[in-house]
Amino acid sequence: MTNQSPIDRERFRGGWRYRAAVAGRVLLAAFGGYAVAALATAFLSLTLPMVRSEAVATATLLSFAILAGAVIWVFAARTLARATLGLVLPAALLGLGVWAAMTLAPMGPPA
Amino acid sequence: MRQAFRQSMGWLHTWSGLVAGWVMFAVFVTGTATYYRTDISLWMRPELRAGPSEPAPAAERGLAYLKTHAPKAMAWYVSLPQPDRPLLGVYWMDSLEAPLGQAMLDAGTGEPTRARATQGGDFLYRFHYELQMMPVLGRWIVGLAAMILLVALISGIVTHRRIIADFFTFRRDRSTQRGWLDAHNVTGVLALPFHLMITYTGIVTLGVMYMPWGVTAAYKGDEMRFYVESAQSTTWRPAAGRPGEAVPLAPLLARARAEVSEPLEMVIVNNPGDANATVVAVFEEPHGLAHQHPQIAFDAASGAIVERVGGMRPAAHAFTSFMGLHEAHFASGALRLLFFLCGVMGSATIATGLVLWTVARTPKAGEVPGFGLRLVRSLNIGTILGLPIGIAALFLANRLLPVELAHRATWEGAAFFGAWGLAALVPLARPHRRAWAEMGLAAGGLFGAVPVVGWLTTDRGLDFLWFDAAMLVLGLVLALGGRKVGLYEARRRAARPAGRDAGLTQKGFAQA
Repeated sequence: MTNQSPIDRERFRGGWRYRAAVAGRVLLAAFGGYAVAALATAFLSLTLPMVRSEAVATATLLSFAILAGAVIWVFAARTLARATLGLVLPAALLGLGVWAAMTLAPMGPPA
Repeated sequence: MRQAFRQSMGWLHTWSGLVAGWVMFAVFVTGTATYYRTDISLWMRPELRAGPSEPAPAAERGLAYLKTHAPKAMAWYVSLPQPDRPLLGVYWMDSLEAPLGQAMLDAGTGEPTRARATQGGDFLYRFHYELQMMPVLGRWIVGLAAMILLVALISGIVTHRRIIADFFTFRRDRSTQRGWLDAHNVTGVLALPFHLMITYTGIVTLGVMYMPWGVTAAYKGDEMRFYVESAQSTTWRPAAGRPGEAVPLAPLLARARAEVSEPLEMVIVNNPGDANATVVAVFEEPHGLAHQHPQIAFDAASGAIVERVGGMRPAAHAFTSFMGLHEAHFASGALRLLFFLCGVMGSATIATGLVLWTVARTPKAGEVPGFGLRLVRSLNIGTILGLPIGIAALFLANRLLPVELAHRATWEGAAFFGAWGLAALVPLARPHRRAWAEMGLAAGGLFGAVPVVGWLTTDRGLDFLWFDAAMLVLGLVLALGGRKVGLYEARRRAARPAGRDAGLTQKGFAQA
């Protein structure tokens, strides 16, 4: 009952496996989480239906909540692969969205 | 699944709290002190007396100083004396990369102040957000630690699902670990809204630096333009490249003050001496949460108003309100005291959490503590008692260093870091639990000495009664706190031989 958490399960499989599992999640949380948050900020800044200074302010305000959520997800996911998929998928969609917003739509009117 | 989720959040809370704990303890303590930055500054410059002053003549004196001492600067800033900060601060920017030049002037004469050279309360303030390091590096370290703390807070809330019940549970004497756990919970839960608010708003205050990608995407990286469009700054007018004559300042300030009812806080001259120069009158924040300064910009040559800054849109208003909430300029008296006490509780939450980590891993009698435990123990005592010892040393150095000493302000900083370093190293040579009691006593003694040395070295008598009282209370808390930690660790060791506690340790660890 006490050892059901994903990282705890790794702990009992041996020292280096546990360490690698922790290191993998930490790196994924830091870089993957930041990438998702950064892409979300850029995407929202370009697409929120407000003047651009307001969109940037809103997106930047939200970005740290998104980052925190992404980090929590990485450590809560059952396996590292699932955690990675859970970040790569939104990152890809957001990246596509940023690309589309920057190339297809004209820049919004200056505020 | 829900059980597993709580387990992984427990793990995350333990380790994110540990990793961010030391830096964030220092950030919380110095940030909490910064709520009384002006009071600390007044105490650290006992030659000055608080009092009102006329802003326009003071501004002219400041500009006169800058004209002779920084004629080639891109911009001049004159920060006007306020009732609680009776000094004229002048700053100049030579280039966008170079750090600002600065001088402190006597508001009445415009000459460099005769008050002792010190950073005053700004020392702790700057430490709070850049650790007195290179600004970019220090701010990123603080930001990273704050982000980890935010994660620790969220995972901590998930872990302590029984928040209300936990709050009324304080089993001081049941078992050592329970006592620490409950102390951690009480201080953490009681001020939980504050902890969440202060951590998030702190990150947002430097948010555009940490997360510049919105500005990158929507403004192609032109950060200045974002600040102008969101009504946070005036437009920068490039220099014309030919000299220009500026109209007298006083009438411009009089016109600006007729439009805005807040006190004038700062006068900025962009491109001084140039034909395209602008003069900007910056006012204090109107009553309310937002960190939002009304500004009026004049053409320096003609005196015509070129721009008015104010009236933000909702999102910009929300953004600056986050910053305002963090800085709490709106709070005075009782509300400021409440913010201060919440900050103290935040520091205590982090400190008890760090100690809890070691208490939960106390080796059984006869076992040798491992390297990790010894490292954490040393860092704990070196931070939790070392930092206050450094602060007490800073205050004592302020009173004891000769007023004429060259680089005096730097020496004050050296006293802070020297004492902190010493306080972190000495416990390594002492038995762990005795070190807590001894260093707590040392910290208490140093804080107790601050008012005494203050009375002996200045003629201000009882002018700083509140400051003195705060020092005595702080000293008492640290001395008793250090003793408590030492005692707890001792009692635990004595009561440990039975195996009964082991299961509890495991459970408490999962919870912690």
